[in-house]
Amino acid sequence: MDTADRLKLPPVVMPEQDPTERIHNVREVPFGFTPAMALQEAQRCLHCVNQPCVDGCPVGVRIPDFIRTIESGDYIAGIGIIKQTNLLPAVCGRVCPQEDQCQKSCTVGKTHRDPGQAVQIGQLERFLADWERENHTAVIPQIPPASGKRVAVIGSGPAGLTVAGDLIKLGHAVTVFEALHMPGGVLGYGIPEFRLPKEIVYAEVSYLTRLGVDFQYNTVIGKSLTVDEVRNDYDAVFIGSGAGLPNFLGIPGESLLGVYSANEYLTRANLMHAYDENSDTPILRGKSVAVLGGGNVAMDSARTALRLGALGVTVIYRRSEEEMPARKEEYHHAVQEGVEFSFLQNPLEILGNPDGWVTGLTLQKMQLGEPDASGRRRPLPIPGQTGSVSADVVIVAIGNNPNPLIPAALPSLQMNRHGGIVTNEETMETSVPGVFAGGDIVLGAATVILAMGQGRKAARAIHAWLTKTADLERN
Amino acid sequence: MNTIRKREELGPNVTRYVIDAPLVATHRKPGQFVIVRVSDHGERIPLTIADADPELGTISLIVQSVGKTTREMAMLRSGDAIHDVVGPLGRPTHLQQFGTVLCVGGGIGTAPLYPIAKAMKEAHNHVITILGARTRDLLILEDDMRRVSDELIVTTDDGSYGTKGLVTDAIRALVGGGTHIDQAVVIGPPLMMKFTSLLTKELGIPTMASLNPIMIDGTGMCGGCRVTVGGEMKFACVDGPEFDAHKVDWDSMIRRLGTYRTEEKTAAERCDHECRIGLGTRGPEWILPTD
Ligand SMILES: Cc1cc2nc3c(=O)[nH]c(=O)nc-3n(C[C@H](O)[C@H](O)[C@H](O)COP(=O)(O)OP(=O)(O)OC[C@H]3O[C@@H](n4cnc5c(N)ncnc54)[C@H](O)[C@@H]3O)c2cc1C
Ligand SMILES: Cc1cc2nc3c(=O)[nH]c(=O)nc-3n(C[C@H](O)[C@H](O)[C@H](O)COP(=O)(O)OP(=O)(O)OC[C@H]3O[C@@H](n4cnc5c(N)ncnc54)[C@H](O)[C@@H]3O)c2cc1C
Ligand code: SF4
Ligand code: FES
Repeated sequence: MDTADRLKLPPVVMPEQDPTERIHNVREVPFGFTPAMALQEAQRCLHCVNQPCVDGCPVGVRIPDFIRTIESGDYIAGIGIIKQTNLLPAVCGRVCPQEDQCQKSCTVGKTHRDPGQAVQIGQLERFLADWERENHTAVIPQIPPASGKRVAVIGSGPAGLTVAGDLIKLGHAVTVFEALHMPGGVLGYGIPEFRLPKEIVYAEVSYLTRLGVDFQYNTVIGKSLTVDEVRNDYDAVFIGSGAGLPNFLGIPGESLLGVYSANEYLTRANLMHAYDENSDTPILRGKSVAVLGGGNVAMDSARTALRLGALGVTVIYRRSEEEMPARKEEYHHAVQEGVEFSFLQNPLEILGNPDGWVTGLTLQKMQLGEPDASGRRRPLPIPGQTGSVSADVVIVAIGNNPNPLIPAALPSLQMNRHGGIVTNEETMETSVPGVFAGGDIVLGAATVILAMGQGRKAARAIHAWLTKTADLERN
Repeated sequence: MNTIRKREELGPNVTRYVIDAPLVATHRKPGQFVIVRVSDHGERIPLTIADADPELGTISLIVQSVGKTTREMAMLRSGDAIHDVVGPLGRPTHLQQFGTVLCVGGGIGTAPLYPIAKAMKEAHNHVITILGARTRDLLILEDDMRRVSDELIVTTDDGSYGTKGLVTDAIRALVGGGTHIDQAVVIGPPLMMKFTSLLTKELGIPTMASLNPIMIDGTGMCGGCRVTVGGEMKFACVDGPEFDAHKVDWDSMIRRLGTYRTEEKTAAERCDHECRIGLGTRGPEWILPTD
């Protein structure tokens, strides 16, 4: 097929659960491509020589190469290509902000002057990864003889899982310490089932277990074991403890009953299965829910609230639609499902009744001023324009900061002013020799792919460090 | 999985468990707690580490059956396992030689108070303990407490044992009799902590209270355990559980404990029913009914 023909092919429409139906269940929204759909979408790729999509991918997945395998039907080769640079394609295919990364620079979208027309790279990635999982073809690679070196990984989020996977394949013994009773970090407790089925996360973890990674749950480093004990017992340490520290607004009323941080709300729903009315962990099923924030976390909270039976859910964001950091797909799905959006509104106070239950919010109307440090136009209050909305559940989803547990337990770690660990950009080594870090604990709340990218860099550097120390010991 | 080595009824609805948890046993300090999940579909609930044996790798927990999870736990026997135990969590008690330390325990609060009283004694303090209970049968750990205290006073609301009255009455009597107290520690039902703390504030006695808000992760991740102390928001699981009692916003904390009253009642009733007819409890089911 020549370029002109390829450019004529329309994007394949992803089949999805109907919005009216899906708000009553927690099953995944998009069904995924059939092989025929995947083939048709793959044929839209022009196999550009300059590969702008690859430049747009934070880990440089060889995109046109894997897309070609879908055309040729050699799925095993395709998944192999992706996994060279991305350990968790079933996850990334679903949650990466492709519209800001690979798909943003895709030539097809550019040619049509419509980013929505770009090759659906994420969906193709998901297709291959799901095919591999469903057909049990994940091969156990040849693992080199044991190096005799032991690595401790703190946290089982995407950063930690990547480090564990890379290092076990190089012959090192790896133990992952996880504070919670389940693995995955945010992939397990934060991102909802309807966007990322937990079965996928657990399948990736069980693959690592089969490779020999030892997972120790219910183990909080800095508490169950000191950081020094871990450093003494292991030849290298990777800190992937994430950004699990929820921000609050610091406005009156945040202690009222019915006010949640998004982390608490999502943890109850996902990790503790409070979706199920018979779950032992309760959750308040609000009828009118207000979500404060405009990112993925806010979208996830709003869509979860609908599935918990809310009759009305409003996302309240202080900037405009344009500046919203949430992924386009999530925003679009939320709108389809009936979530309402109230832009340019800033909460001033959460209101309650005499018994302490939340009843609503006072909001300040905003307008956009000059761009701020983030390049987005700064929201400014319009004097005298305040209003109120009612709500029986309020979810604060205004972001997370790096988890301070490990830094507090290892005071010699150099930190930046946002509470992140300072690392060497190339090696991810911290100010403490033999201790590496990556993911949200370094970047602040970022993305899955950036966490994995840093994990991969760290694994490479840890391997070099272990090899070097082994050489020193030999000499 | 953490095996129960020993199980002992301390009173009506109060059970002591000795559980395998080697890392917790070797790392815990007085004032810290664990979070347990009784079964693989269970809720995560916080429980204070009442004691530990680092050599045997065991910890003891003293639990009052109040709702679904604690009742399910009460059905376990020696040899059974608790699905998850994580800890030690929270900051340890601030220990020093204060001089005379008053330890005030109400109801089940005596369990978390015990390791603190013991540690205060070991830190060369003169320890005076006041234990309050509604009635004699509900008094727990009297002998253990007596062993680690220089003086022990018991109050019961109905006068069935010790002095009739509330712990606050006993504190007034003590101070009125000329006893000087350098530091107080109070653990018990929230209302009892509130009123004790109001009194010690009036009497000018620095007081520490161990708070028991609803928790999930215990690592500072969810913010569900937030309490207001001195006008600032604190996460009890990582910044506490002990705080300056005189600065705690008790009313807000007490209100928040009631967040799930309706849901808890339903769960307890379901537990009663299912336990009786021998169904056990239902596991989680992912798909919501579409009615
Ligand atoms: C609701 C929500 C939705 C999101 N949606 C998206 C999305 O659509 N796309 C996207 O790319 N990104 C999304 N993100 C961001 C993304 O999930 C994170 O950037 C990513 O998970 C960070 O990975 P990590 O490995 O650094 O840390 P985490 O995933 O946070 O994992 C850290 C793990 O470390 C454990 N831990 C912490 N301290 C200790 C300790 N002391 N000892 C032992 N274990 C410890 C924690 O329990 C946790 O399991 C979302 C985030 C949230 C909260
Ligand atoms: C730091 C700390 C230490 C504690 N130590 C002990 C102890 O040593 N012995 C003991 O018997 N109890 C202790 N508790 C209280 C114990 O956690 C609750 O009694 C238990 O969670 C009740 O669960 P349930 O399902 O049986 O009852 P439910 O019917 O669910 O609840 C009964 C009451 O317990 C409180 N509660 C419910 N869920 C939680 C939760 N996840 N976290 C905290 N409180 C909750 C609620 O206020 C509720 O009103 C402690 C609590 C905290 C925070
Ligand atoms: S930019 Fe688009 S068309 Fe070009 S190779 Fe990448 S995916 Fe294919
Ligand atoms: S229990 Fe979640 S932050 Fe304290």
